[in-house]
Amino acid sequence: MTETAETDAEQAIVEQVTTAWSAERLVAIQGGGTKAFYGNRVAAETVLDCSVHQGVVAYEPTELAITVRAGTPLAAVEALLAEHGQQFPFEPPHFGAAATIGGMVAAGLSGPRRPYAASVRDAVLGVRVLNGKGEVLEFGGRVMKNVAGYDLSRLMAGSLGVLGVLLEVSLKVMPVPPGRITLVQEQDQAGALELMQRWAGQALPISGTAWLEGRLHVRLAGSDEALTQTQRIIGGAPMAVAEADAFWLALREQELDCFAVDSLTGDGFAGDGFAGDGLAGERSLWRLSVRSATAAKAIPAPDLIEWGGALRWLRSERSAAEVREMARTAGGHATLFRAGSGRSAPRDGVFTPLNPVAARLHQHLKRAFDPAGIFNPGRLYPGMGRTAG
Amino acid sequence: MSRIPDERPLNPKPEVVDGLRRLLPRESVLTTEAELAPYECDGLSAFQQRPLVVALPETVEQVQAVMRLCHEMEVPVVARGAGTGLSGGALPLADGVLLSLAKFNRILGIDPANRSATVQPGVRNLAISEAAAGHGLYYAPDPSSQIACSIGGNVAENSGGVHCLKYGLTVHNILKLKLISVEGELFEVGADALDSPGLDLLALMTGSEGMLAVIVEVTVKLLPKPERAQALLAAFDSVEQAGAAVAEIIGAGIIPAGLEMMDRPAIRAAEDFVHAGYPTDVEAILICELDGFNAEVSFDVMRVRDLLLASGAADVRTAADDAERLRFWKGRKAAFPAVGRISPDYYCMDGTIPRRQLGPVLRQISALSEQYGLAVANVFHAGDGNLHPLILYDANNPGELEQAEALGGAILELCVEVGGTVTGEHGVGVEKLNQMCVQFNSAELNQMHAVKAAFDPKRLLNPGKAVPTLHRCAEFGAMHVHHGELKFPELPRF
Repeated sequence: MTETAETDAEQAIVEQVTTAWSAERLVAIQGGGTKAFYGNRVAAETVLDCSVHQGVVAYEPTELAITVRAGTPLAAVEALLAEHGQQFPFEPPHFGAAATIGGMVAAGLSGPRRPYAASVRDAVLGVRVLNGKGEVLEFGGRVMKNVAGYDLSRLMAGSLGVLGVLLEVSLKVMPVPPGRITLVQEQDQAGALELMQRWAGQALPISGTAWLEGRLHVRLAGSDEALTQTQRIIGGAPMAVAEADAFWLALREQELDCFAVDSLTGDGFAGDGFAGDGLAGERSLWRLSVRSATAAKAIPAPDLIEWGGALRWLRSERSAAEVREMARTAGGHATLFRAGSGRSAPRDGVFTPLNPVAARLHQHLKRAFDPAGIFNPGRLYPGMGRTAG
Repeated sequence: MSRIPDERPLNPKPEVVDGLRRLLPRESVLTTEAELAPYECDGLSAFQQRPLVVALPETVEQVQAVMRLCHEMEVPVVARGAGTGLSGGALPLADGVLLSLAKFNRILGIDPANRSATVQPGVRNLAISEAAAGHGLYYAPDPSSQIACSIGGNVAENSGGVHCLKYGLTVHNILKLKLISVEGELFEVGADALDSPGLDLLALMTGSEGMLAVIVEVTVKLLPKPERAQALLAAFDSVEQAGAAVAEIIGAGIIPAGLEMMDRPAIRAAEDFVHAGYPTDVEAILICELDGFNAEVSFDVMRVRDLLLASGAADVRTAADDAERLRFWKGRKAAFPAVGRISPDYYCMDGTIPRRQLGPVLRQISALSEQYGLAVANVFHAGDGNLHPLILYDANNPGELEQAEALGGAILELCVEVGGTVTGEHGVGVEKLNQMCVQFNSAELNQMHAVKAAFDPKRLLNPGKAVPTLHRCAEFGAMHVHHGELKFPELPRF
């Protein structure tokens, strides 16, 4: 059901898509362009700029939900939430000041708080989306519980724009806990993994974990009572609040040295200046999402471990096949997050290829939403969508 | 009156029974009237239909073989778990195979290190928490039917429970599914990790009501048990005050583990049934559960108590011990059967509304209740806006069932009108097909049909459920046009 009136900006987007659909013109959907490096390179004929479609449609703090037009700057929305003592539970990376809400949902990337709170996808309540035929559709809603029809709103999270153009998104928000503290201790990788493991088996108010350079950082968020009690369990030295906030921000935004790869060749993964300026040679940055209890030796020499062990970052010269196999053995998958200079993406793309049934279903779903294959062709997987020419 | 929702022409192919007998042991293929009877409905007994045949496979290979056979013969298949669903999602088809997953009842493994459990779809919801308890872990979603409902059915319906606000729905608490496609292929979605590559098929499969694939294995997340849980019971002289108190608690930045409301008729029914100790001379009660560390819970209990009193609560009680806390919950969890004791039949609705609309919606429900001449008791997952009006009726009185359905339909349309949805956690099934026409326009429904076709182009998996055809909506829409807002409740609506 169409609840919101069409704005001029939305009207313009609809017209562009309707034209592209009839002309079968390939469209690259763009918000703030801050996550253009993520995913596979898109060979499009035209860019659909959604960043002008801005505004908060509805926000009632006690409903724990906000509805926002997709082009709205993420920073502005977070500032609004903060004014009301609320936040997005998934702590989304921005990767640049221009980051939009639509880009955040389409990329589906969550930050350090993800395993302890929610993912972007978990928080999606509803979407207003434009399909490949230029039809404006609404799925989900603005309420917490909704099982009317297929869950096509959460399907949009992380879909990288291959199914449709996000116009509006409704998201669950949560209160900012009253207090926070970050504790740091020296630990080798195995020790850090074991500790994160042990803590995860108890109901503790942990809101972030990061092991790098031989140090384990644990962020707690909650009431004073909970922090005091948990601090005794976790141990380690407290960081000054400002220093700690800066650390978690730099981690979320991947501005720490451990993310730096030398990617200046413009091969489609070129850095946007936020990936640090280290010269890491030909190593690429891999993101391995795995079982949290995966042993240290199964994924040798990670540069960073997050999410209680479930996310491991690796700068490596290994082949895609080798890295993917490590991740597969650990119950997960690997993404080539940023390719090192002189290294091109694997032919089958930066994401781990799907099993044959899932791959076929992806093609069918793509056609179900975007019959002409015009949206972000190849961004998710090469071959998903029509090719230019 | 036909109560079969599907508009497909019947196309019985009795020879599928011979095919099934070749694939499954003799006792796993049921065909006699007596054998079929237990499968003729799920928890929504207003709809009944015996299937052509019931198949009870016990291995994944057998499910694959059954699906291959049915796909080849173009025989529709309805998958069924424990049959506790409340929307007729597992209603059989007269010319279809009812695929019972009851024999898939094994817990395949608990992985305490990764805090997950891998189970077969027929495992009962509560059995998972019981199996994990030794590790200090549990499975969070707790539908009221958790002693009986199966995890496969929970996934198919995206079931909720009384702790959703803090701990999420089924979709937030599962990691991986093994599925059989309509063609009989085995495939996986999700991962043992926290995300997986490609489109989020795990989210899409959750709540898809058996329309896209058959679930044969589920990996769920387990959570550590909090150190302490404490519950408060507050009594109010009006439902509006109770609703305002909910907004106050959440506005203060507190996310209770559970936050439930019951109105006067529901309170009385529950109290008479299980003697939970509820005050019976009040208009509404709120049950608020807080969990976490001992000291933290003690602090929050004081804050919530103050907020409740400031919101006009006539009385606030804190459970003296865990036994009393569980008694508070017992009344709430027994609300449906309790209402079943005071009325020959009841019809449970499942709308979700923005919480701030609670007062106006309950007033309107009360007006509708008078208009239709049927009493309504309300239980409400107040934290997340999920309202369960229970319509009391007697099916033995001619026309009363239809009256109850019409009242239910009007309530759901009201939920949509105020910005909510026709189903929060029970699913559409066959029950809310007409209301889907109110909530979604034809382009949106067409998109859902296209998604169905992406998985099941021949429409063999649970056809006729969850998403109405445009034809049906056109007919239902015509009722709107000709009769205004469902003012002719005596008309059969199915």
